[in-house]
Amino acid sequence: MSEPLDQLVVVGAGECGARAALALRAHGWRGPITLVGDEEVYPYERPPLSKSMLVESLPVEPKAVVDAVQFAAADISFARGEIASAIDTTARTVSLTSGRSLEYDRMIIATGARARSLPIPGGELAMSIRSWADVARLRPQLRVGVRVGVIGAGFIGLEVAAAATSNGCDVTVVESASRILTRGVPAAIATTIAERHEKAGVTLLLSHAIDRLELGDDATVHIVFADGRILVCDLVVAGVGAVPNTELAEQAGLRVHNGIEVNDRLQTSDPAVWAAGDCCSFSHPLFDNRRVRLESWRNALEQGELAARNLLGADELQSAVPWFWSDQYDLCLQVTGMSDLAASSIVRNRPDGGQIEFGIAADGRIVSAAGVGVGTSIAMDIRVAEVLISRRAQPDVAFLADPSTRLRTLLKS
Amino acid sequence: MGQWIKACDANDIDEEDVLAFSHNGHAYAIYRSEDSRFYATDGLCTHEKVKLADGLVMGHIIECPKHNGRFDYRTGAGKGAPICEALRTYPTRLDDDGVYIEVD
Repeated sequence: MSEPLDQLVVVGAGECGARAALALRAHGWRGPITLVGDEEVYPYERPPLSKSMLVESLPVEPKAVVDAVQFAAADISFARGEIASAIDTTARTVSLTSGRSLEYDRMIIATGARARSLPIPGGELAMSIRSWADVARLRPQLRVGVRVGVIGAGFIGLEVAAAATSNGCDVTVVESASRILTRGVPAAIATTIAERHEKAGVTLLLSHAIDRLELGDDATVHIVFADGRILVCDLVVAGVGAVPNTELAEQAGLRVHNGIEVNDRLQTSDPAVWAAGDCCSFSHPLFDNRRVRLESWRNALEQGELAARNLLGADELQSAVPWFWSDQYDLCLQVTGMSDLAASSIVRNRPDGGQIEFGIAADGRIVSAAGVGVGTSIAMDIRVAEVLISRRAQPDVAFLADPSTRLRTLLKS
Repeated sequence: MGQWIKACDANDIDEEDVLAFSHNGHAYAIYRSEDSRFYATDGLCTHEKVKLADGLVMGHIIECPKHNGRFDYRTGAGKGAPICEALRTYPTRLDDDGVYIEVD
């Protein structure tokens, strides 16, 4: 008689957890796999929530990463609408709020992140965009003439502003910093995006501190500024960052510091537990082993699959270069690497109007790149930069700056 | 029966690169491999309809410029997430005056 096979549990059914569960099966695991997800829908792609889904008419359901048919085909047990409330790492059990308890031998935590709530009085009057339920609530309200206040000029806030404006809303973006996109986007590229918003009719209020939100007449929400002025809105959306969902890991006694701490193989302080995606932080070998936590779709997908392979014994190093994109109007912004390691920057202005800015470290290594252009025109240059960053390359900066050169030829040298 | 149409001149594409081509409102992507063979696929990714000719070719792989879905452009086969549907391929032919593809 053979030994019973280990029970594998994945907690969190976003892109990361769903990809992890699929990868466990795809890489040959024959024993039981259970995926626990707290939403009532099948795992779905989140990037469109703040992009196309707010512009086009709302679909009946979000775009699934894994649907019922695929779960059945992969023989994955999906605990839908179940919240994992506690992990006992000694007994190796996960308690669910329904009262069920799951035994596990090895586990992957992929609990993701949640939208940061607005830390001011009345902050709960602002909506956030993180889930299908959020979008199902917001999308029908984006109608012609509706006054939309967006708090925070980061990626989510600006994507919502672009979508709302495209729907004919009267949009004001309020940002406490003196420019938009302060996180990881060079000033020149942020300026291009700011100008595109203003051309579309968005009002950008920079360096504006908000004191509180208040309910006004006719179900309006008032944004009350620190100087006492009031902006009357029909709805307010906040995009002020995300907070990793680490409570479960903390309760389980796992080490947590800006996310669940994992090693370079995505293993937590408990060797039977891995963590992946937005909820975890790790030392990045390409960037002076600095501890980073990435909030991006591609990272969620890739780390989910990597955690699954490592759980099965692959022993692969986490070394992917951070990469992110945002769609606003006809523009696509892409960012890769770690811009705060750059000592200088090199600008490449493409003949098609696309702008790229490369970050170069003191030792001449390329460490970051950001680009904006119409459609996906800048994508190949950013992708080449990403490969160069992963190779720790020290490309000739005159070559990078000269738009008549073909960047991809650098990959052959 | 398909119809052979000229997509481009051979020298319009570098080796290990891709070019966008459209015919009757349909987008195609034409590839030239490192050993200078020509291939053709649909021009939009099967995942989210992103224009593949803006993506990077590495070896025989074309990568979607937005979501990093990968295909072997010789067969159209998807190479992992988020791709779940293969890319359609089209026969190609190199004539004296350029690269031809056979479309519907």
